Amino acid sequence: MTYLAIDSLQVSVDSFQLRNFSLVANKGEYTIILGPTGAGKTILLETIAGLHAVRSGRIVLENEEITHLAPERRRIGFVYQDYMLFPHLSVAKNIGFGLRMRGDDRNVVTEKTVGIATMLGIEHILSRMPTGLSGGEKQRVALARALVIEPRLLLLDEPLSALDPELRESLQAEISQVHDRLSTTTLHVTHDFEEAISLGDRIAVINEGGIEQVGTVDDVFRHPSSEFVARFVGARNLFGGVVEHGEGGSVLSHDGVKIAVVTDRGGPAHVSIRPEDILISRGEIHSSARNSYRGKITKIVDRGPLIYVTVCVPLPFVVIITRRSLVEMALEVGMEVYIVFKASAVHLF
Amino acid sequence: MRTLSVHTLSVQWMRVSFFILGGMLILFIVWPLMQTVLSSNPQILWETLLDREVLSSIALTFYSSLIATGIAFLTGVPLAYLLARSTFPGKRLIEGIIDLPIVVPHSAVGIALLMLFGRQGVLGRAFAPLGIKFVSAVPGIVIAMLFVSMTFLVNAARDGFASVDPRLEKVARTLGASQWKALWRVSFPLAWRSIFSGMILMWARGLSEFGAVIILSYHPTVAPVLLYTRFTSYGLDYARPLATILIVSCLVVFVGLRMVAGRHR
Repeated sequence: MTYLAIDSLQVSVDSFQLRNFSLVANKGEYTIILGPTGAGKTILLETIAGLHAVRSGRIVLENEEITHLAPERRRIGFVYQDYMLFPHLSVAKNIGFGLRMRGDDRNVVTEKTVGIATMLGIEHILSRMPTGLSGGEKQRVALARALVIEPRLLLLDEPLSALDPELRESLQAEISQVHDRLSTTTLHVTHDFEEAISLGDRIAVINEGGIEQVGTVDDVFRHPSSEFVARFVGARNLFGGVVEHGEGGSVLSHDGVKIAVVTDRGGPAHVSIRPEDILISRGEIHSSARNSYRGKITKIVDRGPLIYVTVCVPLPFVVIITRRSLVEMALEVGMEVYIVFKASAVHLF
Repeated sequence: MRTLSVHTLSVQWMRVSFFILGGMLILFIVWPLMQTVLSSNPQILWETLLDREVLSSIALTFYSSLIATGIAFLTGVPLAYLLARSTFPGKRLIEGIIDLPIVVPHSAVGIALLMLFGRQGVLGRAFAPLGIKFVSAVPGIVIAMLFVSMTFLVNAARDGFASVDPRLEKVARTLGASQWKALWRVSFPLAWRSIFSGMILMWARGLSEFGAVIILSYHPTVAPVLLYTRFTSYGLDYARPLATILIVSCLVVFVGLRMVAGRHR
């Protein structure tokens, strides 16, 4: 049953407009809102939280219309990209802020604060002030502060983009675990594909204040519904599968096609191969590259100096070649060709 | 290497000459004050301090300026919040009006206030039934001080609020705080340091006011007016000990408050 329904929302804030924005989410679902910088993602989340006046349209949460409800009465948790911790309050007071606002008993506040802090591994910094914390700690505090009020909906505004890549990966995993545990219905805004693919049950691609496409990870990346989505997600060879370690090294299997990868991880994962890292040839190629396939050309797209060739092995791989190579090899749709790429060119996440 | 040392030398030169130029200005401020304080006779100073007229004028000055600061706090801090957080037509105009008291000659301010708050003035007559009169009375001193010094508080408070990210309030709202509570629990404590130092500045500026105050109230007499009277009727020797007392007492309070404000965070 629909838990959150946003229906043809129209909002204008300064020069930015949200036009006819609609989105639904089920209870417990983790929805990624993916869009380029400047697509109005923050304003969208702020509007859902009640921080901007809505011109027309409706927001319904748990069968209650909240379109014009004051933000403090919505119980929607919000985490900003740059955390927005209250600098004059300790970590414990930051986390407990929402509980104190709703008038919880002091013992209850302490108990719940310590509880959520323990869950996020920040119980040792409860007495510190936010100023001296690392980025990862600040992010956890912001998350704890939003989660402790047991929000009906959690809004995350690029929660990982201010962190360095290593930290990002671990926090990403942590957010995922927290979500598994609490099942808080979440809208997570980002411009980062890996974040989107790793975390989202569903992805909504937005542009200029409107939805371009909503669907599963596969839908959006494999069947972009518009020129914008196709361009935005780019021509990338993206596959999900299961990693296994064998004698010849690690392999990811997807629909019977095996792709050699370099990793010590196991289990479900995604891989992407940049189209320019794949070599194409009419004859068999003998090289040290571990991934070699024979397939058929199904599509050739001419984009000026570069040509995008799709080869089905039967998994569709997109390969970029120069116009000169195209002419030299005289490639045509339907032709049998070979493609190779190195295991090290496979990006796993 | 050689070019580098020439370069550092010229940078040094610039710094040294700037220090000398700036030092002259600082000396110009400090020297007369020190001279007045250090050259006074402790015996006469003590006698002046026991003079009831002096004591009551200093008390009146401090207290009137405190009331003016209080009025500006109640009305000016909300205005400062509006100026920091919202855009509305005429905002530029209001900001200009706030700076106006710095531009207008203060004796002219006194005349202008007298026109409105004098016995025949619109507000003077309006307040008369309440038993409040402004000419030759404490309320007159207070409004004169308020007029000339509120700029300091409003501008400091506005800068204080402007330096608080509005999203902090937004987060507070999502956590269940009403608009009032978000202001009171988040923005106000964070802007407090600026507001407080604005209050100190305003208070200090108010108690040093002479021009506007003397036109509204010669009696009761504030300290700067008393000093002027003593100087014109009895000469420099009588004025000096009072000047010393004013300089020292203002410095002590000012430095003390600045330290409190500095320790706040």
